[in-house]
Amino acid sequence: MNNPLDTNKAYQTYVDKKSPNSPIIKNCIMAFLIGGLICSIGQVIFSYCEFKGLDETSSGTIVSIILIGLSAFLTGLNIFNKIGKIAGAGSLVPITGFANSIVAPAMEYKSEGYVMGVGAKMFTIAGPVLVYGISTSIIVGLAYFIFNTQAILV
Amino acid sequence: MEFWQNFDYIMLFKAFIVGGLICVIGQILIDKTKLTPARILVTFVTLGTILGGLGLYEYLVDFAGCGATVPLLGFGNNLAKGAIESVKENGILGAFTGGLKASAGGISAAVFFGYIASLISKPKMKKQ
Repeated sequence: MNNPLDTNKAYQTYVDKKSPNSPIIKNCIMAFLIGGLICSIGQVIFSYCEFKGLDETSSGTIVSIILIGLSAFLTGLNIFNKIGKIAGAGSLVPITGFANSIVAPAMEYKSEGYVMGVGAKMFTIAGPVLVYGISTSIIVGLAYFIFNTQAILV
Repeated sequence: MEFWQNFDYIMLFKAFIVGGLICVIGQILIDKTKLTPARILVTFVTLGTILGGLGLYEYLVDFAGCGATVPLLGFGNNLAKGAIESVKENGILGAFTGGLKASAGGISAAVFFGYIASLISKPKMKKQ
């Protein structure tokens, strides 16, 4: 009767006891280094665009496009997931993670065809991100229109 | 090269530190809360949009440049900033057009490059 798998809670503590402790400090250091490195690459591209005379908005967009393009192709070549295994959140939290989240499921479901496989599965993770991001931005816009939110705080 | 002579190394250092720290927050969330990567992405973008809407994230962008804009918080901030700028120009209609307009480059690039990359990728059976 003392089967540890009886209840959900008991099962959870059982799993926690059995699974190795994730080395959180080491993970954080790797996330810091690789996340910092990705942002630094972005900063170099950004400075170069400004050096070439582009304005801040265009430079920022170019940084996003280049980083997204790079990580999309690295994902396609199966290199990004190797980086991701070491970096954890370091490659997930920057915009590279967004591109990875589009390519990875698309690759996996390629066998289901180009429309319902690649085309649809691309948005398994990116879809929710866009849904919540865009909806929040509309609420922000409406709130600004009604209450002038930024004038309250700043 | 002239570019490297004028290059702002202090900004690069700040981008590295701030960008790294934002990723550490993500790593702690993954390790401590068992949030799935998808939820982490959604959380960061939504949080960035809210911080951007309150006008707070712009301080971090001024301080750390790409250290603040490259993480997904910056993507959210961009959505919020776009919506607000657009409301200033076009009134209430801007709330619906501004966010996507400001992040159109990134989203279109992600869809386009994502599609191309998955086409050229070789489907690979998972090891293990």
